[in-house]
Amino acid sequence: MPKTNFLHKVFHLYYDGFRNMTLGRTLWAIILIKLFIMFAILKVFFFPSFIGQHADEGDEPEFVASQMLDR
Amino acid sequence: MQHLLLNIDAGTIDWSRAQFALTAIYHWLFVPLTLGLAVIMGIAETCYYRTKKRFWKEVAMFWQKLFGVNFAMGVATGIILEFEFGTNWSNYSWFVGDIFGAPLAIEGILAFFMESTFVAVMYFGWKKVSAGFHLASTWLTGLGATISAWWILVANAWMQNPVGCEFNPDTMRHEMVDFLAVAFSPFAVGKFFHTVISSWIIGAVFVMAVSCWYLMKKREQKLAVESIRIAACVGLIASLGAAFTGHISGQQVAQAQPMKLAAMEALYNGGSEQGLTAIAWVNPFSQPNYEEQQSPAFKLDMPYALSIMATNRPDGYVPGINDILNGYTRPDGTQEPSVEEKMQRGRLAIQALADYRQAKKEGASEEVLGAQLSTLKQNMPYFGYGYIRDRSEVVPYVPVNFWAFRIMVGLGCVFILYFAILCIMAFRIPLLSVITRRLLSSLGLVPETEADSHNLTNLPAWHYWVPIVLLPLAYVASESGWLVAEFGRQPWTIQDMLPTWAAVSDLNAGSVATTFFIFLILFTTMLAVEINILLKQIKKGPQS
Repeated sequence: MPKTNFLHKVFHLYYDGFRNMTLGRTLWAIILIKLFIMFAILKVFFFPSFIGQHADEGDEPEFVASQMLDR
Repeated sequence: MQHLLLNIDAGTIDWSRAQFALTAIYHWLFVPLTLGLAVIMGIAETCYYRTKKRFWKEVAMFWQKLFGVNFAMGVATGIILEFEFGTNWSNYSWFVGDIFGAPLAIEGILAFFMESTFVAVMYFGWKKVSAGFHLASTWLTGLGATISAWWILVANAWMQNPVGCEFNPDTMRHEMVDFLAVAFSPFAVGKFFHTVISSWIIGAVFVMAVSCWYLMKKREQKLAVESIRIAACVGLIASLGAAFTGHISGQQVAQAQPMKLAAMEALYNGGSEQGLTAIAWVNPFSQPNYEEQQSPAFKLDMPYALSIMATNRPDGYVPGINDILNGYTRPDGTQEPSVEEKMQRGRLAIQALADYRQAKKEGASEEVLGAQLSTLKQNMPYFGYGYIRDRSEVVPYVPVNFWAFRIMVGLGCVFILYFAILCIMAFRIPLLSVITRRLLSSLGLVPETEADSHNLTNLPAWHYWVPIVLLPLAYVASESGWLVAEFGRQPWTIQDMLPTWAAVSDLNAGSVATTFFIFLILFTTMLAVEINILLKQIKKGPQS
């Protein structure tokens, strides 16, 4: 496959770009740490779906009705 | 009838509100700089594309570097808000998620595909793609961020003015029936232009502050002077644009949220030919006694300006807080019901919904179900009022609305003046520059000689401090706008449809407080890291 192939160009854009990063490495590290904290810690331990925890699938309208009408 | 939701912990409601406010405010520290710097870096690279001068490439790359730092720190901070919808605001999420969720989903898809694609070309593609494609990628990065902002603002606009939906009592959900009404509601359009254009002010002031710091240090002077010229133009256009779009937004608020306008103005008793309050004494720490006071003390207003702002007519009628509470006759002769009447109709709607659901479970006849649905439908516009226990609950906290609005508008006027003077000085506009120079030199504010006053690199030091001082104030103005938008809508999460205490999940207040402080630490750390990295990169300067 010729090296001027579009997919090759796209690949090298990203490959060379990431390899030659300087400040970008620091920023990416911060992004990855931030995403890990958000999705692996905060979402899992502190932000479950409240309705998902309290209502079976299909029973959500009844649960929400009890929360909004019958409290 | 029994009052609903009296047994939910008030702490849960307030901590949930405080947490959302905290995370939204922090998120909004990063977004406007992204939107504003996108314009600056686009203009700088356009200058490079047209002139082919290496200098402009360095200018563009410098502002793109700072854009990247802010972008990296801000990315995904908005996702936290979506976590909160699912946990802290579950009733809200279920009740209106069909409508509210759609623009958020589109925003996420657009942000991921458009911004991330073109931001990669912008940073990695200088030697890989043509100059034209690279320039297009830079502008498309900014456009991607702006389109993302459109969808978020569509969602927020829908909270202020819910349109294009119908309630399904079987699923307990509002369902979208008119996507275009939601996506292109006049409220959304007005809010989008005002919010995005005001973000350009922050970008312009940021560039001014950095450039002036360089001029103070006598370094990167050419970059600083040319960047000042770009920022001056962007800032002036944006300041004037923000004022114009703010006027449009004000009219929309007058139509759809008259109580918010009354709170912003501390307008206790309305009428025709209303003046816009420039200043008045509204105690910042307590809700005023609007039922007994005629108007705030020491009120100084601009005659007719509020009526013009709200109705485009100097004799236009603007209802005050008491008028809305007691009911009033609209200019078209129709009657706006009192809050007590709305509360009664809201209770009918809620009871009809409960009766309908119970009757359906028991297998009642279609005739019975139809009657209950009819009652529900007739009173649905006042559904949220059924949760109101006392009519004072529909009055937002006036001091925050009043002072935040004044801070926003006051600073907006300062920016118009500042950027106008800057444009005159930076571009040496004939006649205007002479008049400005003579006026400012007579006040001792600029050097007397024409050569010195036009030389941006040789001004007295205090000139360079002005944008540095204005930068945090630009953020204060921007956040004040959001305070008006959100505090002014209280107690509603969705205007007239769902107050906060009906929208919130029945969680333990302690758990919400815990996550509040986790976010406080996390976001403050992120902000400190960003400021640290930005300052280091600014001190390092552009790379040759």
